Amino acid sequence: MSSGLLEIEGVSKRFAVRGGTINALDGIDLTVSRGDFVCVCGASGSGKSTLLSLVAGLDSPSDGRITVDGNAVVGPGPDRGLVPQAGSLYPWRTVERNVAFGLELLPVDSAERARRVDWYLAETGLTALRKSLPRQLSGGQQQRVAIARALACEPEVLLLDEPFGALDVQTKEDMQVLIRQVWRDTGTTVLMVTHDVEEAVFLGSRVVVMESGPGRVASDITVELPADRDLAIKRTPEFLALRATIEDLVRAQHRKVS
Amino acid sequence: MKPAETNRVSADEQAAQRFLEAERAERGGVATAAQSGHNDWAPLPRRSRPKQPSALLTIRKPIPRRTKLTLNILSFAVPLLVWILLSATEAVDPKMLPSPLAALSAGWDLAQSGKLFTDWWATVGRILYGFGLAVVVSVPIGMAMGTFAAGRAFFEPIMSLLRYLPPSALIPLMMIWLGVDEVLKIGVLFIGTVFYNTFMTADVVRSVPPQLVNVSYTLGARRNEVLRKVIVPHSLPGMIDAVRVNMAAAWNLVVVAEVIASTTGLGRGIVQAQRFNSVDEIFAMLFVIGVSGVLIDVALRLLRDRVGRWAA
Ligand SMILES: Nc1ncnc2c1ncn2[C@@H]1O[C@H](COP(=O)(O)OP(=O)(O)OP(=O)(O)O)[C@@H](O)[C@H]1O
Ligand SMILES: [Mg+2]
Repeated sequence: MSSGLLEIEGVSKRFAVRGGTINALDGIDLTVSRGDFVCVCGASGSGKSTLLSLVAGLDSPSDGRITVDGNAVVGPGPDRGLVPQAGSLYPWRTVERNVAFGLELLPVDSAERARRVDWYLAETGLTALRKSLPRQLSGGQQQRVAIARALACEPEVLLLDEPFGALDVQTKEDMQVLIRQVWRDTGTTVLMVTHDVEEAVFLGSRVVVMESGPGRVASDITVELPADRDLAIKRTPEFLALRATIEDLVRAQHRKVS
Repeated sequence: MKPAETNRVSADEQAAQRFLEAERAERGGVATAAQSGHNDWAPLPRRSRPKQPSALLTIRKPIPRRTKLTLNILSFAVPLLVWILLSATEAVDPKMLPSPLAALSAGWDLAQSGKLFTDWWATVGRILYGFGLAVVVSVPIGMAMGTFAAGRAFFEPIMSLLRYLPPSALIPLMMIWLGVDEVLKIGVLFIGTVFYNTFMTADVVRSVPPQLVNVSYTLGARRNEVLRKVIVPHSLPGMIDAVRVNMAAAWNLVVVAEVIASTTGLGRGIVQAQRFNSVDEIFAMLFVIGVSGVLIDVALRLLRDRVGRWAA
């Protein structure tokens, strides 16, 4: 294959607001290869969520184009699964029926659907909670359901917008280990937005730092850490050095605006 | 940064140095000038602890089941007791206020003659038709208003005007158009409830979180599937609540319409009883109206709780 699975070419996004326009994104170029885990970091307001919603097809770019596997993105679709920060579950559906939502829309017989739902429930550690309603779950469990639900549709790219941003530190670390495990088990491609540099370095095979006002790609760093990572790696000198480097980059961007 | 980590960082002195410098610079960036004067303030006066309020009157605190049940019973028992006292002591002329027993026996006679049931059924039938029609019309329009900007832009202006026309003021016009038959009562009920139910449905539908709609598209749902599998189930409990509220309005309206023009129905029965000064019959029929309304409301509430168990 010549190029990436997800290609973002010269993408800009301007919002018309009272008294002018906001340049949320300005000429973003980004290529994500199949199987990559790309984390996007950047100061608040640097356009991370905007970028993700453009890739998801929930909004369209003012300029430039986005393709997934060679097909131009024109609207939302199951090839780009989305996991928002919180509160995206169907509250009237049990855990298993949340996970089954996308499969129910496809010509898949119920035995096959059940088999897949079971697999994703097991993968995200939700088997015991399958009959629970979302309101009975903790924040971390809810996010696991959202991840399982998106993965069950076998998306080409999994889009995560600060999926652990609302969780406490311990739960967040559990989720980081889980999402990495899921990524390795399914071989899916991930584009994840986070403001937590440590999380980005731990999870990503690449970390993209966004520059704000207007949003641009400031740097694109390949994470040269072993593929087999556990939480202990967060204390190694290599990890800390990389984290410090990226934190500097993010901070430099932040200072520029504030 | 935690001290344990700082030790490790010494392995990569440069990075750590940069990190710390940045952190320092960062703090400098938001520091405020030192202020003095905080020390010579007198301490703030403290208020004495309030005394513990009775468990019954603590704000937003649930009360024990038994207490609740007792209060529920008292809610009926107290007015009943007042009624019994007023009529037993003949403090009020019995021609004006019948005793509970007199009202009960009048109701029994009405029931025996079959008139009560006939009138009740006439009234209920009108509600089923008139309000039923209003629900059938208002739910799709309300959903269109809550879902599509175009639906809102088209329906909202005219409906918000029509909503302010009081149905009682429309009755004369509707008598000219519809005569004084069943159609009139059904028409009054329809006009009186359809606009409110439309607006309430639209509000409920609009409150479906946009995020839920967006995520459904990324799970492969098409527009009609988003409507059927996301917007409708999310809105259903709220729609039933809207029906509950407007059902109460329907009971009020149908009786008004019957008082004005009808040969049957509980409202008509009340007017007839008034002609013969049968206060006891009026009381019996008012009681039937009240109880019917409550029963319907309870039924709808049970339905709502069943459908909306997820929201509890
Ligand atoms: N719908 C919109 N209308 C107008 N301006 C918008 C809209 N969405 C985003 N913006 C603007 O675009 C810029 C980027 O916003 P975005 O939400 O993408 O930032 P972000 O990087 O995700 O920030 P955060 O880390 O706080 O989530 C901001 O200046 C924001 O005000
Ligand atoms: Mg954001």
